[in-house]
Amino acid sequence: MNDRSKPTHSIDPDILAQASLTRNLGEEDICLKVEDLDLYYGSKQALNKINMHIPRQRVTAFIGPSGCGKSTLLRCFNRMNDLVDGVRIDGKMLLDGQDIYAKSVNVADLRRRIGMVFQKPNPFPKSIYENVAYGLRLQGVRSRRVLDEVVENALRGAALWDEVKDRMHDNALGLSGGQQQRLVIARAIAIEPEVLLLDEPASALDPISTLKIEELIYELKTRFTIIIVTHNMQQAARVSDYTAFMYVGDLVEFNDTNTIFTNPKEKMTEDYITGRYG
Amino acid sequence: MRGWFNSGAPWIWLNAAAVSASLIMVAGLLGLIALRGLGPFWPTDIVEMDYRKADDQIVRLIGEIRGHEDVPRERLVAAGVSVPGDSELVRRVQLKSGNRDVVGLDFNWVLGPDIIAEHYPEDLVVIERREWGNFYGYLREVHENGINVTDTAPLWDVLNEHLGRARKIADEIRVIERDEIGAINYKLERLRLDQRRLELEGKADTEALARIAAQEAALQLQYESHQKRLIALYQDIQRDSVTVEIQDGRVVELPLSKVIHVLRPNAMGVGDKLLAYMKNVWAFISDDPREANTEGGIFPAIFGTVLMVILMSIFVTPFGVIAAVYLREYAKQGPITRIIRIAVNNLAGVPSIVYGVFGLGFFVYFLGGNIDQLFYPEAQPAPIFGTPGILWASLTLALLTVPVVIVATEEGLARIPSAIREGSLSLGATKAETLWRTVLPMASPAMMTGLILAVARAAGEVAPLMLVGVVKLAPTLPLDGNAPFLHLDRKFMHLGFHIYDVGSQSPNVEAARPVVYATALLLVLVIVALNITAISIRNHLREKYRALDN
Repeated sequence: MNDRSKPTHSIDPDILAQASLTRNLGEEDICLKVEDLDLYYGSKQALNKINMHIPRQRVTAFIGPSGCGKSTLLRCFNRMNDLVDGVRIDGKMLLDGQDIYAKSVNVADLRRRIGMVFQKPNPFPKSIYENVAYGLRLQGVRSRRVLDEVVENALRGAALWDEVKDRMHDNALGLSGGQQQRLVIARAIAIEPEVLLLDEPASALDPISTLKIEELIYELKTRFTIIIVTHNMQQAARVSDYTAFMYVGDLVEFNDTNTIFTNPKEKMTEDYITGRYG
Repeated sequence: MRGWFNSGAPWIWLNAAAVSASLIMVAGLLGLIALRGLGPFWPTDIVEMDYRKADDQIVRLIGEIRGHEDVPRERLVAAGVSVPGDSELVRRVQLKSGNRDVVGLDFNWVLGPDIIAEHYPEDLVVIERREWGNFYGYLREVHENGINVTDTAPLWDVLNEHLGRARKIADEIRVIERDEIGAINYKLERLRLDQRRLELEGKADTEALARIAAQEAALQLQYESHQKRLIALYQDIQRDSVTVEIQDGRVVELPLSKVIHVLRPNAMGVGDKLLAYMKNVWAFISDDPREANTEGGIFPAIFGTVLMVILMSIFVTPFGVIAAVYLREYAKQGPITRIIRIAVNNLAGVPSIVYGVFGLGFFVYFLGGNIDQLFYPEAQPAPIFGTPGILWASLTLALLTVPVVIVATEEGLARIPSAIREGSLSLGATKAETLWRTVLPMASPAMMTGLILAVARAAGEVAPLMLVGVVKLAPTLPLDGNAPFLHLDRKFMHLGFHIYDVGSQSPNVEAARPVVYATALLLVLVIVALNITAISIRNHLREKYRALDN
């Protein structure tokens, strides 16, 4: 069924990853659970039997070479893959014990609980204010007072308030790339999600903007469970509490960041981190 | 040589030549139409010439020189004309001598060599009349109740004073006849239909009938008072007349009620002529047509064209946009949507007259006929919507142009970056909310592009309209002061059809020629104006919804 050359492991990595985490975490600390998740694009399998537990109010980073499936896995959490034709998903994904893929789940509600920030800043061609208020307006909030308050809090939360408070009604596309990305984060946190998915949020930004985003992530983790996909291993090391290393659809190793970067159990992880391939 | 070919220079020259040729053709076309269309509004000098006729008799000819051409001698000789001199080509001059009611022909060709002398006396006048075209000659007397009143003051001043009075009365008559009596007739017709409907519904009790009769009587009373006023005005306007000596020496009396204005072009300076020119152009744009459309203005045609295009836009935009949204966003992409797309594209290639036939069969006879039966039984057997009208014309054109809007909108939707859609969805928006709040506004410039193309096509289309609503002369505009103001059932006039009608169906070819060119020019200008409006709206939207280009 799967003709790709699999990496050679001595121990089944999925079991190992799960074991290493369940040891440290109580049930109430687990925000998202992934159980035996397979994902197929048509007949091609993109994710193989992924098992992992994402801890609450921590930053979890997914690292791995291009095409390893880390973005695909991330987009499973808020069912963004539903938009892609021919995607089939087996296995379970639980948010606070509730199956994300159950028939009874309202996808729009789910996405309200699991926010997402994309690789390229994607503000709407509206004013800064309307961008942040977008999610609330969707929920039918009309009161100017409520909107003003939430918009201000969200922009403060995204460390953008001071830069834009005097031009709230200018077009958001006039902001710089880094500001746009923080605006998008403000837009996502304005609706108070439980989980924030960040898909390489700093890869299109300059180093200073990247630094600001990283500081922001550090502050946001007190309020949200954050999952971040990144190509940049230093970034993963700097911002995350837990790190998952993926390789061609497999979750190779999942552990706290310190262990992964200093004492990886898998040879592959070590090779990747030390830059021998990837 | 090979190197030259490979350098690409021949290509560049070829492309430049093609572009220049296209530009020259477009400029030439517009230039020719503008020249031919705008030229005749200029008050030309009136010539008086001594002309030797075939029998060596010398006569006086008066008129405007409208053009000349060189014809081979053989052709003239073969036609039985004796030509003096011995040159191969003989110059012929076209003289507009007017006075159609007196002398029959108002355009004449005269042979250049037979013209003995030309003079331009200052007191020659051209009289523009409501009927029978222009009149040329020498002003002799102004009559009031048949008595000459020109002894007391200069002829020209007396004429202008009397003409001003006659024009004022004529304007008043027009207002009463068209607006006031028109409104009364409209209300009377409404009352008749009300009564008929009550009778059909069996609700025609004495009370209702009495009420209608009372209203009718009130309107009749109003009508009679207008009628009395009209009779008095008609008597008033008949009072004055003017006598004019024409080229053969006869003196003809013209009632001032038929005169629009009198000009002495030979005595006018450039400034006066420019003023008269502006007045003529404005009259052409703002007046109703006269004399089987060969004289007067084309205002109803401009109005009809613009209104029809606006109605068409109102119909075609939502229809095309909804279809495109379904095809692009909701329909499952596969062979069926592909076939639909091919069909839509081919629809744009169907000859427009076929749409006209379809519109006549489906809209006019089927839809209109059924609407009449269901909603207007009182008007039977006269049709309301079961006859060609502006509603069916706009719908037919909307059908004709809907493929353009669908294709343009689909392309616009496809160009919206998926990042924007995902951004909206990730905030908990449903697909419909994403479409309404983000995608459709961002695609609106593309919709406007579709609409621009649709307008450009629809405004110039004539063939289908002849079947579904355009007429040679519409007595009333589709938009007027009588409730409900917009009369979608009315027939209308259209610039494109006007060109065809005046150009090929008119009894007076020479008089019609400038009207054809001027109408063509105006049609182009109207289309340009409609397009500029749409383009400026689109550019505004583009600026507003600038996509993620950075």
